[in-house]
Amino acid sequence: MPMKIGIPKEVHAAECRVAATPDTAEQLIKLGYTVAVEAGAGDKAHFSDDAYREAGVEIYDDVKALWAESDIVMKVRGPEPHPEFGVEESELLREGGYLISFIWPAQNEALMQRLKARNATVLAMDSVPRISRAQKADALSSMANIAGYRAVIEAAGQFGRFFTGQITAAGKVPPAKIMIIGAGVAGLAAIGTAGSMGAIVRAFDTRPEVKEQVESMGAEFLELDYQEEDGSGEGGYAKVMSKAFIEAEMKLFAKQAMEVDVIITTALIPGKPAPKLISEGMVESMRDGSVIVDLAAEQGGNCAMTVPGEIVVRHGVTIIGFTDLPSRLPTQSSQLYGTNLRHLLTDLTPEKDGQIRVNMEDEVIRGVTVINHGEITWPPPAPKLSAAPATKPAPAPSPEAKAVEKPAAWKTALGMAVAGLLLLGVGSVAPAAFLAHFTVFVLACILGYLVIWNVTPALHTPLMSVTNAISGIIVIGALLQVSGGSTVVTLLAAIAILIATVNIAGGFLVTQRMLKMFQK
Amino acid sequence: MTEGMITIAYIAASVLFILALGGLSNQESARKGNIYGIIGMLIAVLATVLGAKVTGYLTIIICMGIGGSIGFFLAKKVQMTEMPELVAILHSFVGMAAVLVGFANYLDAGAHLEGAERVIHEIEIYLGILIGAVTFTGSVIAFGKLRGIVTSKPVLLKARNGLNLSMLLICIWMGITFVGAESISAGMWPLVIMTLIAFIFGVHMVMAIGGADMPVVVSMLNSYSGWAAAATGFMLSNDLLIVTGALVGSSGAILSYIMCRAMNRKFLAVIAGGFGTSGGTVASSGDGEQGEVSPVSAEETAELLKNAREVVIVPGYGMAVAQAQYPIYEITRKLRDQGVNVRFAIHPVAGRMPGHMNVLLAEAKVPYDIVLEMDEVNEDFPHVDVVLVIGANDIVNPDAQDNPGSPIAGMPVLEVWKAETAIVMKRSMATGYAGVQNPLFFKENTRMLFGDAKASVEAILASI
Repeated sequence: MPMKIGIPKEVHAAECRVAATPDTAEQLIKLGYTVAVEAGAGDKAHFSDDAYREAGVEIYDDVKALWAESDIVMKVRGPEPHPEFGVEESELLREGGYLISFIWPAQNEALMQRLKARNATVLAMDSVPRISRAQKADALSSMANIAGYRAVIEAAGQFGRFFTGQITAAGKVPPAKIMIIGAGVAGLAAIGTAGSMGAIVRAFDTRPEVKEQVESMGAEFLELDYQEEDGSGEGGYAKVMSKAFIEAEMKLFAKQAMEVDVIITTALIPGKPAPKLISEGMVESMRDGSVIVDLAAEQGGNCAMTVPGEIVVRHGVTIIGFTDLPSRLPTQSSQLYGTNLRHLLTDLTPEKDGQIRVNMEDEVIRGVTVINHGEITWPPPAPKLSAAPATKPAPAPSPEAKAVEKPAAWKTALGMAVAGLLLLGVGSVAPAAFLAHFTVFVLACILGYLVIWNVTPALHTPLMSVTNAISGIIVIGALLQVSGGSTVVTLLAAIAILIATVNIAGGFLVTQRMLKMFQK
Repeated sequence: MTEGMITIAYIAASVLFILALGGLSNQESARKGNIYGIIGMLIAVLATVLGAKVTGYLTIIICMGIGGSIGFFLAKKVQMTEMPELVAILHSFVGMAAVLVGFANYLDAGAHLEGAERVIHEIEIYLGILIGAVTFTGSVIAFGKLRGIVTSKPVLLKARNGLNLSMLLICIWMGITFVGAESISAGMWPLVIMTLIAFIFGVHMVMAIGGADMPVVVSMLNSYSGWAAAATGFMLSNDLLIVTGALVGSSGAILSYIMCRAMNRKFLAVIAGGFGTSGGTVASSGDGEQGEVSPVSAEETAELLKNAREVVIVPGYGMAVAQAQYPIYEITRKLRDQGVNVRFAIHPVAGRMPGHMNVLLAEAKVPYDIVLEMDEVNEDFPHVDVVLVIGANDIVNPDAQDNPGSPIAGMPVLEVWKAETAIVMKRSMATGYAGVQNPLFFKENTRMLFGDAKASVEAILASI
C-alpha cells in the first residue's frame, strides 16, 4: 500500500507558496506515492486544481480528511493555528505521521514538544546540511536566491530613478550605485540581478574567500584595511567578528552610505540575532530617495531602523523590511521548493515503492530529521565541511630576494670598474691599429644593441636567418686567403668559401621566403 | 680596386647590413631590409674579389657556385616547421668557416708581426678558432636535437662542471703555449688540441640542455657565430667583419636574453643545463588538489567557437609538430566570416626558436595583425569567451604564478584560465618539457580535447 502525501493550503496570512506544483507532484507519483492536495492550495501561486488533477493528484475539499488520511504532510511554513478550526495544524497531523516543512527547531521549542507528543517524524527543510550532495534539497538556498532577486526588484520599485546609466536626448542619466552586504546565496543573487539591470554593484562580506565569486558576478568587492581575520565559520556561514574588525567594517559602511543609492543587507549569523550594520546616522547620511532593503528583517534586521514586514520612510530613505520576499514570487518559489522536496523524497525512497525510509546513517537525512518517531534528534552532529579551502599559509616574503637586489647594484658597478681597468690594461700595451679596430667593435656592439631592440618579436625568426646570412660575411676572410701561397691554405680557404656561401645564399633566400608570407 | 675604394665599399656594406636589421622593426619594411642585406653582401664580396690580393678566381667561382646552389636548394626546400634546424645548421657553417679561416691565417705567414702586435694577433687567431669550434659542434648537436636524431632530454654527466672547468684550464694553458711558440709548427699542436677540446666542449654544452630551452640555445649559437666572425675580423684587421660580427653577436645575445626572461631563467642556469635540476626542490604541486579533467568533443568545441564573440588561439610546439596551422587558419577564416573575433596569442618561447610560431602562422596565411604578443593579449583574457590551446603546456601553466615551489615559478605565462572557457588540445595527460603537472587541465572552466592536434583541428573545422 503506497503512502499518501498530503499538501494542505498554507494558512499563514499572505503566504502564497505551495509545497508541490503539478510538476513536482507528478515526480512524486513516479516515486510510488499517491498525492493529495487541498482544493485551492495552488491558487495564489497560479497552479489550478485542474492542473493538479491532470498530473494525477487527488483534490480534497475536506481539510481535516486530508490531514487525517495523509501518511506524509508537506508544507512550506511550519504548523500554525488553523484559522477555520481553531486548532494548531500539528493537532491535525495523524498520530505517528510524517511532516516535512520549515520548522526552525531552535526558535520553536514548544512546537517541537507538541510534534513529539504526536509521535511524529519531522523533517525540517531549514536543517538540510550544507554539503554538496544535499544542495539539490537545500531549500534555504533556493529561497535565498529568490529573496535576493526580489530584494532588488523591490528596491527598484521604490527607487525613483533608473538603475542603468543612459545617455538620452533629454540628458544623461547616471547609473544607480548599489551596495550589497553579505555575499551569500541571497547576496550573490542580488548582485546578479542588480548588475543585469545596469547598476554599479559593490559587495562586502566578512569571508574573504567569496571575493572571487563576487568579482565573477561583475561586482566590486569592498575590502577593509583590517586584514587579520577570516570570517568563515563552520558550514560555509559567517561567524561573529572581533571588535576591531567590526569598527573597521562600520567605517567602511559609513563611507559607502554617503555614496550609494541602494543598500541591500543580507548579513546573518546562524543562531544569533542579525548584526546591526547600518546605524541611524548612516541612514541619515544617505541621499533622500535612497532605498535600503533589509533581508535580515525577520532576525531583527541589519539596519537599526527596519520595521519587520513593512516599508517605512526614515530621514527620506525608504527602508523595506519585508520578511516574505520568496512568497512575493510564488510561482517560482513553489516550483523550487517543490523540487527541493522532491529531491529529498527521492533520497528517502530508495526503492521507488512509495514507502518512506528514514535512514539515520545517511548524513543528509540525519541532518534533516529533527524528530524521529517521537524522539527529538535535533541538533544533529555538525558537519565539519566548510565550502572554503583551509587558509593557506601566505608565502612568506623571502628576505633573500631583497638581500640579493642590493649587491646586484654594487656588482654592476664593480663589474664596470673591472672591465674599465682591463680595457685600460689592454690600452696600455696594445698597438694603435688594434685599438682602432676595437673602437669600431665597441661602437658596433652598441649600435647592434639599439637596432635589435627595435625588432618586433614576430620577426625574430627572420632576424635569426638574416643575421645568419650576414654572418656569412666571414667569406671575405676566406676570399683574401684563397689566393695565398700553400696548397693547404688554399684548400682550407676554399672549403670556408663554400660553406660560408651556403650560409649567405641560404640565409638571405629563406629570409625572403619567410618575409613574403607575412601578410596583413 | 684600390685599398681606399675597398674600404668605402666595406663602409657601404656595413651601412646596408645595419639597415637590413633596422628594417625588421616591422613587417612592411622587413622585405626591403632584406634586399639591402643582399646588396650589402654583393658589394662586400665583389669589392674583395676585385681587390689586388685576390687572384684565384677559378677556385672562388667553383666554390661559390657549389655553395650558392646548396644554399639555394636548402632555402627552397625547407619546411617552415624545420626552420630551427636550418638556422642551427647554418650557424655551424659559420663556426666551421671561422675555424678554417683561422687555421689558414695562421699557416699563411704572409705578414710578419713583432712584439705586442704579434701577441695580440695570435690571441685573435686563438679566440676566433675557439669560438668558431664551439659554435660548430654546438650547432650540430642543436640541429640533431631539433631533428630528433639526438635525444632532446638534457644529458647530464656527473662531473660536468669539473669537466668544463678542466677543459677551460687546458684551453688557457694551450693558449699560453701557443702564444709563446717560436715557429708555426711549434704553435700548431696546441692550436689543434685546443680546437679538439673546443669541439668536445660545444657538444657537451648543448647535450646538457633540454628541448624546451632550445630557443635560448639557438639564439645563443647565433650570438657565438657573430662573435666568431668578429674575432676573425680582428685577426684579419677587417672592420667590415668586426662590425657585422658585433651586430650579429649582440643580436643573438639580446634574443637569448629575451628568451631567458620569457622563461624567468638565468642565462647561466640555462647554459649550465637541465631543467629543474638546479633547485632540487621540485615541489610536486600537491597531487591532492588535482581533480577531474572534463573532456570535450570536437563537435562541442566547434559549437562553443561558433557561439563565442572573442576567441584566442594559443599555439605551441605541438601545433608545429602536427602541422596543424593550415586547418587552424581555415577555422580562423570561417569564424571571422561569421563575425567571431579570432586572435592568436604567442608566448615568446613557444616553439623551438624565437618567433617560430609567427613564421608558421604567416606560412598558413594568418594575417599578422591578429597575431599578438603575450603582453598585448594577456589583459584581454577575462573578456575572452573561448581560448583554444593547441600543443602548448608550460606557457599556459597557472602554477608559474600561483605556486612559488614550482620549477617554473615566476615565468611569465599566458593567463588562459581567466577566459570563460579554455579548451586544451592534447595527445595525452603527459607533462610538458618542464616535467611539471599543469593545474590548468583540472580547472573548472577547462575542457580537454584529446587526440592528435591535426586530426582534432580538422574535426572542428568539419563541424563549423
